Amino acid sequence: MKITSIEDLRKIKEEAQKRAFLREGKAEYKVTVHMGTCGIAAGARQVMAAILDEIAKRGLTNVLVTQAGCIGLCDREPLVSVEKGTERVIYGDLTPEKARQIVASHLVNGHIVGEWVIHTER
Amino acid sequence: MKELSLHILDLVENALRAGAQRIVISVCEDSKRDLLEITVEDDGVGMDEETKKRALDPFFSTKGKRVGIGLPLIAQLATQCGGKLEIISEKGKGTRVQVTFQKSHIDLPPLGDLSETLSVLLVSHPEVEFVFSHEVDGSGWSFNSRELFEKLGIEENSSAFFVPLRDWIAYQESLLREGGKRENYKH
Repeated sequence: MKITSIEDLRKIKEEAQKRAFLREGKAEYKVTVHMGTCGIAAGARQVMAAILDEIAKRGLTNVLVTQAGCIGLCDREPLVSVEKGTERVIYGDLTPEKARQIVASHLVNGHIVGEWVIHTER
Repeated sequence: MKELSLHILDLVENALRAGAQRIVISVCEDSKRDLLEITVEDDGVGMDEETKKRALDPFFSTKGKRVGIGLPLIAQLATQCGGKLEIISEKGKGTRVQVTFQKSHIDLPPLGDLSETLSVLLVSHPEVEFVFSHEVDGSGWSFNSRELFEKLGIEENSSAFFVPLRDWIAYQESLLREGGKRENYKH
């Protein structure tokens, strides 16, 4: 559907609500995209867009996507942190394609993609 | 950075980290004056005189780091492209960053994907009021995120709304390029 007006946006929002897209509930995962200048220059915006797009496509309601600044690992940008409870996994050197795979593997199936992890905290 | 829209995202990230609740982003293109002007204005913490003086120093940062390259990077691009960067800021009141470029300059990067920049910002900060306007040779379009979200009844968890929002902004931007009937919102 081509979205050309506010009315179209409203319709889509209503449909999304019907599918319980915007269902209130506690987020199980918190995904943070690091958006310092270094992150943005390395492609963080495209990574964040891919994550949001993939979450919407899969209708995930248990994920909160947010953004933060540089954490000092500029050479490994774009960086994404995935938190669940006390566990925090930081993925580095990401691309939009890798980000989509992280959504499918980590957020949907609960499998950390070890190959791209640069740091883990428990 | 390959796109001006990435620099805009970076400027807005600065505003967000300054605790802004209202951020006004405007892009103005004027072919007659051969001018492209980008302004980001926020109501965040503002800068004191010392910070303002050093804001364009790449080895100065307020975030506890050794480098702070966001502002120097776009300032250098502006100078390279026949323009300049100006900062007006007052401690406790907010900051206004205005960047001008010679629109026809060969080194000027494209505006790029403004719709992605704006939709990423809107859905990750639904609590912040974003006012955006884009004018090209006298015609333009604008929106206020608070009014838009109120109209649509979006409160929290706006991330599910990313794709339609991006498509809507992209459509409005394409209309601006092609010239056509637009939706305009007062703010």
